[in-house]
This record gives sequence, C-alpha cells and structure tokens, in this order.
Amino acid sequence: MQYDEKRLTRIVATDCGSTTTKAILIEWIDGEYRQTIRGEAPTTVEAPLNDVTKGVINATQELEELARLKYKNPNLKFMEDGEFVIPRKGDIGVDAYVSTSSAGGGLQMMVTGVVAAMTGESAERAALGAGAIVMDLIASNDKRMNHQKIERIRQLRPDMILMAGGEDGGTVKHVVEMAELVAGADPKPRLGSSYKLPVIYAGNKDATNEIKNTLASKVDLIVTDNIRPKLEQENLGPARDKIHDLFMEHVMQQAPGYNKLMEWTKGPDHQAVPIMPTPAAVGNIMQTIAKDENIEVVGVDIGGATTDVFSVFTEEYIFNRTVSANLGMSYSISNVLASSGLPNIMRWVPFDINESELRNMIKNKMIRPTTIPSLLEELVLEQAIAKEALRLAFEQHKEFASGLKGMQRQRDISEAFSQSTSGATIVNLMTLNLLVGSGGVLSHAPRRNQTVMMLIDAFLPEGITRLAVDSIFMMPHLGVLSEISAKAATEVFRKDCMVYLGTCVAPVGKGKLGKPALYAKLELPNGQKFEEEIPFGEIRLIPCGEGEVAKATLKAHGGLILDKDKNRELTIDLHGGKVGIVLDTRGRQPFALPVEKAERIKSLKKWMRELKAYPEDILV
Amino acid sequence: MGQAYSAGLTVTDSIILRKERILPLKGQVLVKKGLKVKGEDVVAETLLPGKVVPFNLANKLGVTPAQLENYIKIKPGQQITKDTILAENKGLFGLGIFKNEVRSPVDGEVENISAVTGQILLREPRIPVQVKAFIDGIITDVFEDEGVVIENKSAYIQGIFGIGDETTGLLKMLAVTPEDELDAGKIDESCRDKIIVAGAFISYHVIELAVKHGVRAIITGGIDDQDIKKLLGYDIGVAITGHENIGLSIICTEGFGKINMAEKTFNLLKAFDGHKASVHGRTQIRAGVIRPEIIIPLDFNEDELITREASLPILETGTLIRIIRQPHFGRIAKVTALPEELTMVESETLVRILEAEFSDGTTIRIPRANVEVIES
Repeated sequence: MQYDEKRLTRIVATDCGSTTTKAILIEWIDGEYRQTIRGEAPTTVEAPLNDVTKGVINATQELEELARLKYKNPNLKFMEDGEFVIPRKGDIGVDAYVSTSSAGGGLQMMVTGVVAAMTGESAERAALGAGAIVMDLIASNDKRMNHQKIERIRQLRPDMILMAGGEDGGTVKHVVEMAELVAGADPKPRLGSSYKLPVIYAGNKDATNEIKNTLASKVDLIVTDNIRPKLEQENLGPARDKIHDLFMEHVMQQAPGYNKLMEWTKGPDHQAVPIMPTPAAVGNIMQTIAKDENIEVVGVDIGGATTDVFSVFTEEYIFNRTVSANLGMSYSISNVLASSGLPNIMRWVPFDINESELRNMIKNKMIRPTTIPSLLEELVLEQAIAKEALRLAFEQHKEFASGLKGMQRQRDISEAFSQSTSGATIVNLMTLNLLVGSGGVLSHAPRRNQTVMMLIDAFLPEGITRLAVDSIFMMPHLGVLSEISAKAATEVFRKDCMVYLGTCVAPVGKGKLGKPALYAKLELPNGQKFEEEIPFGEIRLIPCGEGEVAKATLKAHGGLILDKDKNRELTIDLHGGKVGIVLDTRGRQPFALPVEKAERIKSLKKWMRELKAYPEDILV
Repeated sequence: MGQAYSAGLTVTDSIILRKERILPLKGQVLVKKGLKVKGEDVVAETLLPGKVVPFNLANKLGVTPAQLENYIKIKPGQQITKDTILAENKGLFGLGIFKNEVRSPVDGEVENISAVTGQILLREPRIPVQVKAFIDGIITDVFEDEGVVIENKSAYIQGIFGIGDETTGLLKMLAVTPEDELDAGKIDESCRDKIIVAGAFISYHVIELAVKHGVRAIITGGIDDQDIKKLLGYDIGVAITGHENIGLSIICTEGFGKINMAEKTFNLLKAFDGHKASVHGRTQIRAGVIRPEIIIPLDFNEDELITREASLPILETGTLIRIIRQPHFGRIAKVTALPEELTMVESETLVRILEAEFSDGTTIRIPRANVEVIES
C-alpha cells in the first residue's frame, strides 16, 4: 500500500536495535520529504521492563522534545497516553508509524551432513550465510561414535537444525541414519519448550519420505530443496531463506513486547505495516543503490550485537547478505576480542595500554552495552575494535558471497574435491565502486574522517573506490518506509541519508617502504593542484568537497597496479565528499602493518594525523 | 530541564519477588498451592529420557537392512534387559548350525528399528531431574505437570555479571568497607558453605583459596577479566553464563576491574550478615536479559504479596546517580541539570548530557547514557 503526500505529512519511524531504539521524524516540508529530527533511547528488553515498546515511547518522547524546541511550538505531540495518535490532527499525532527490529540476538544452529567436507560444509555455509552461529557440524564421517553424536546433539539445544546429505539420487542410507540419530537425541529448542525444534531438511530428495517417517513426529520438520543436488552444484538459497523465516518466527519474536509493537505500526488509514527485520530493510536500500546507479556496492551495518554485510556484484546484480551474529560493538564486543585476538585489536591503537585494562574496558562495555565513550582514549579503542569487527564480518561475507543466477553456484568437479578452500567469492574489491557504512560506530563517529579511516582499514578497498556513510543511521527506517511511500523513502535517502565521504585510491601490490609508489596529479575544481610522487607506506588526504570532482592523473610504480585490467596509469575523475580524496600507498595483497610496536605506533600516528582522524593531543 | 529515563539495576531492602520454577520437560509437581517451602525443597521432578545406544543390528547379524524384519525378536516400545535377544538367524539350512544371535548390551527400551539403515536405537532407563524451590517462600501458583510460582518478600540485589549456577548459604561479610580488596588471610574454614562478600575486588589467588575452603559463592564489586579467563580456561565471548562449574558461583555487582561496591549494596549486605541468601551467577546479555541475583528472604504476611508494576527509573534534577563508565567510573553524584541540547564531550561525540555534582562540590558534565539512577 502506497500513500501520497496528502495522506503522509508526518511520519515516525523507529529501528529497535539490540542496544538502542532509534527514532526519526520525516515531514513533508515545502514540497519535499525531509528527515528533520532524530531521537534515541535504550532498547528496553531488559528486566524490569521487558517490553520493547517502552524504548519506543522514550525515543519518541525525545523526538517530541526536540521538535518542540526546533519549531518553538510547545503543543507538538506525537503520542497520547503512551500510544501514537494516527492520523495527525494539526499539532497532535502522526500520519504513520513504521518500525524495523533486530532485537533478539543471535541464532544458534547445528548442521548435519553425510561427508563433512562436502554436504556438511554446504550446510555450514548456508547456516553461516543466514547469520547463524554453527554450534557443531555432525557428519557420518566425522570420526565420532554414533552414541557420542547423540549425546552432543542432546547437549546443544540449538535454535534449529539444518540437515543436508546426499546428492539427489545418491545415498539414502547415510542421510536417514543421521535423521535417526537426531530423532534418538530428541533435541529441545534453546528458547522455551512450548514448541517443537525446527529442523530443516535440505538433502537427497529421494530420502524425503524416510526422513519424514523418522522425524516428523518428533520435530517441526521443514523440507526444502537439496543444498547439494549434484556434487558440483551447490544450491544454498532455499535453505538460507527457510533459516531466515524461522529466525524471525522463533528468535526475533522472543523480544519482549514485540506483539504490542506489531499492533502499533500502521498507516494513516490504520492498515498495519509489518515490522521489517533491520537487515532486510537495509538490504532493500543497498540493492536500490546498485541498480539505480548501475554500480557494484558493498554495504555494512555494524550494530551492538550483529554486523551485517551486503554486496551487489557483477552485471546481474547478484545480491548477497551475511549476518555475523556475534560481531558487534556492545553485546558482542567481547566476542570480537575473542575472535580476533588481542594483538589484532592492539595493532590499530596508537598508544600503549595495559592488556588487563583493555580487557576490562571491553567487558564493561559488554555488560553495560548502552554506555558511550566519553573519553577520547576510549573512543580510539572502540574504533580499533570496530575495525576488527568489520574486518571479520567482511571476511565471513567474502567466503559466503557466491552465486550465479539466483542463489545457485556452479562448480566444476575439480573444485568439488577441495571444499575447504573452495567457495570462489564474487566479491572483487578491484571492481567495487562504492563502499557504504552504516550503524552507530560508523554513522555517529564524531568525525567523518574516522569513518573513512575505519572503512579503509577494515575493508582495504583496492583501486578506486567511493566511500559513503548513512548520515545518522536511517537506512533501516527508510527501508521499511518504502513499503508505504517509495517517494518519501527515495527523497529522504538522497537528501538526508546518504553522505558521500570521498574516494579512496589504493594501488594493489607490494612495495618497499619509502620507495616511490604512486605519482598523483589532481586538478581540483577550485583551480588548486596537487602533485606528488608518494612513497610506499603513506596516506594523503586531499580536500575535495561533496559534489565536486577532481581530474586525476595517476601512475603506479614498481609492481603496483591501479585497476582490474592491471593498468598502471589512469586518467580519471575522482569524486570528492565530506572528507575528501584519500591516496593510500600502504599496499594491498598484502597489506601489512609494521611488526615492531614503536614503529607501528609511529606509522599509525602519521596516518591518523594525515587523515585528521583524531585531535592532535592524542597523537603526540 | 525536563526528565529522562535511565537504565539501572535493582538494589532494595524489600521487594515482593515472584519466581517461576519450571521443569525442563513435563513431569510431576510435588507441592500444593499455599504451601510454605524452603529454598532447598524439591518442588517438581521429572524423568529425562535416558541415554540412547545406537548400533547396526543388520550388520551384526550379517543380513541386509531389508531382511532384518525376518529375524528381529523385539518391537519398538518394548522393555528389554541386558542380554535380551534382539535378533537371531536360524543358522545354516534353518538347522541352527552357525546360528547367530544378537543380545542387548543394556537395560532399557527399544526406541526405533530402521529397515532403511538396519540401525536400532535402544534407550537406557530415564534419568530423574529435580527442581528445587531456590528461595524460601510460599507456593502461589501451580502449573500442572510443569512447575510452580513461588513468592516471597526479600532484600534483593541484582548483579551486573556472574558465573556459576544457583546456590544457597549464609552471608558472611569479609570486607570492612566497599573499597576493600579481599585479602587471602580472611579465607579459612569458617567460610565453608558460606556466601562471602568482598569489597571492590577479589583476585584469582583468593578465589582459588575460596574454592579450596568450600565457599559456595562470592559477591564482589569488581573482578579482573584475565582472572575469569584463568578460572574458566577460556575467554567469554558472548555473555551467556551460569553453566560454569568451577566449584562456586561469583556475583559481580559493579563490573570488571577494581571498582568499589556501591555503598547501598554494601550496606544492605552488611545489614544481613549471617542471614540466609539464595544467589546465582546466571547472566545473559541479550534479548530477555538475565542478571545475577542475590535474594535474602524476609519474614512476611501473605497479604503483603502484591507486586508493584515495573517502571523505569527517572532522571531529574536532584536524582542520585552512579557513573558507569570512565571517567569517574563508580562515583556517586547528584543531578543538577538536564540540558536538552546535544553537547560535545571530550571524545568529540555529540550527545545528550547531564550536569551533576559530587559530594565534594565538584561538578561534571557526562553523557546521560553513562549513568544509572540510584533509586531511593
């Protein structure tokens, strides 16, 4: 259902994240839709409130207060008696309230297959790609005795199980044997015993009837297409979609107050507008950008509990999304440390800090997830952690972003035998046009320069790549808003949401520190010129404003290349942005930081100073 | 000016508590509504399915799975004892020569026989599981076959983080002030079966000593993350705890590092020194958040059991707050103003702040997100 500007003059949209509930106000002003005010409050899924709607009320209350200040109108009000007034009547009420939600935390899965390195790995890939934590992979050939497997299944208490095994027409016996083990274990779901554990069967279709006979009475059995219909063909899509559906039904619904929230979200005629999962809303927006501009895009949304990476690659606009369920900046911050290891975080910190102090700081953020870094040193540390969370999430994404048309991936037979190193990614940083960041730590970095630094250090873009950020974190809101007004969503997206930060130029290859790496000559629109023979291991930031274009002549030296065609010389237009054009000669494939600590800190400070990432006093 | 809502943990000398005690699987409830129970009393029990013993009967008998039904001697659901004959063939020419029989390795029940794989599943006898009351109180509701609700009046403290499961014991104050770091010399046999209270910190070495002396639980202001890693042998990634088995439970009231226990918490524990308490370290910092609890049951009349509606603590001028992030982590102050405009703090972040005054008269401006309300 779409409404026009006569019906929609004031809209409140919220995103209920696992840490913070973000509310924005969208208004029809002077013939266009604009995002005017933003408010936020802690998400209230904790005791004693246990009700997500309380956070919505608090965030909306902040919107009301700020709106009254902005418009100097003390009568403005969006809610009465703790509920939205819809439709708007003058100063009172709004025409629509829409929301997204990602409160609910991670998805824990167990997967099974016949051969661990083949169907087992395919099942694991599908589960990971759908955002799950894979608690265990159980396969016929995994060397454990059957009774050990049963014990393990019983202990795990996953949110759901994905069973794969056998190509179509292949083994029935081994697949059914695995089902017998699952049935024998009689597993119970992690959250509550009021429903049966969902088990998705995505194996040999010839075994379907036997699987039904074995499992249907014990679990909530869902049968979908074989994940590995042929040895050389992987078909993850249907299983992934089923996992997503079940995730929404069984995990997100656990967020307390969710049922009430579903009654609140409605348009001007009181028709319900379904709550959209945050990643789905952001995914909508990413695909729209790629298609509208005809470009390849990578987007990331880093939240408190999870980090989602989206990509659209190749001419067919193949869209991939991964949810790294345990990488995030508050609830999951401690897991970033556990996954990346302390040295990987410390390599981004330009000062010395005691390990124990850093560990305690990270754990304190985990147990009090809504706090904000007030000290500069803590901000630097959080941004170092963010780089690692983003890097790990992107690595997971690269591994799983695959596909031909739809979600199907063709492999030749030789690849099929080396599964653990397989999974040719379609993510190609050299052809990537645009990298978009979203989520609190990127959208609310006190300086946009910090956002540029985090995106470059975490994703290591190659060649020429534009960088952008969701201005105040509103892509989820716009994703769901487009369900009732594509016009409002598009207008606000272009005018208020997308902030172009600039362009990163990063030659790919090895170089020697201090030796010439890149000759760059830039002619800026204001007539200024930049010309330098930049040595290897440096960063340069050239101011070039939003909407401006610099005419650039670039020449890479040594073994360095500038684009997918391995060109070493380019004459090209580089787009500016809020931050400017970054020339990064630190090398790619490999990108390496100095190993020795003092040397590394010196380099970090040099780069951070050049990028104007932090105030000078912390870089002295 | 105005007011704002803020998160906070409950610390109170009197609260009406309502605890659901539910079986993992349906079973039998052993108590009736209105009965007074002690924390150690079993209120419900059930039998968990026994261990499953799978093996391939067709292979053992030397026949194909499809042929198995000709030789099988048992049916699904049938009770068996060790050595019950599961299947036998008739031997050569049906004369019993080279006759092969397969006997059950366990007592139990036949769960499943598969003609596809030839595998059979035997299930060992069921395992009893009991749910205890955990807190002293009165049964106010019974869910048939599932569990009960117990209510009581308690002094109640919510911790911020913990490890280890439910336990009960008598409180023993070892710290003299909330700033104390617990000294190893204070841990001796008098601490056996007690719930001991440290001040601002307890080190790995002292925790080990407490385990050795049979301490049931430790309540502390702060703890070092590296010590927890040493105790558990792994780094806690996602904060879902309570299942650890290190010999005792730990309830941390403030956070990681050396942090003075909030004075209100400390004084409350001190007032109940020697009283019985029920505690657990279960923490889940995700949707449906669980925080560790310290419950000290009080005497009560049944007509007192009326639970108040939960509300968010309100920040306004005059509210007492505790700072929950650096700088000034752990300090108490009084709110003097709540400016509405966004304000820049040292990290250059633009946030909504509050202004507050310490007891020594110095003032601060900090993000509203970095404080919690101390409810009076």
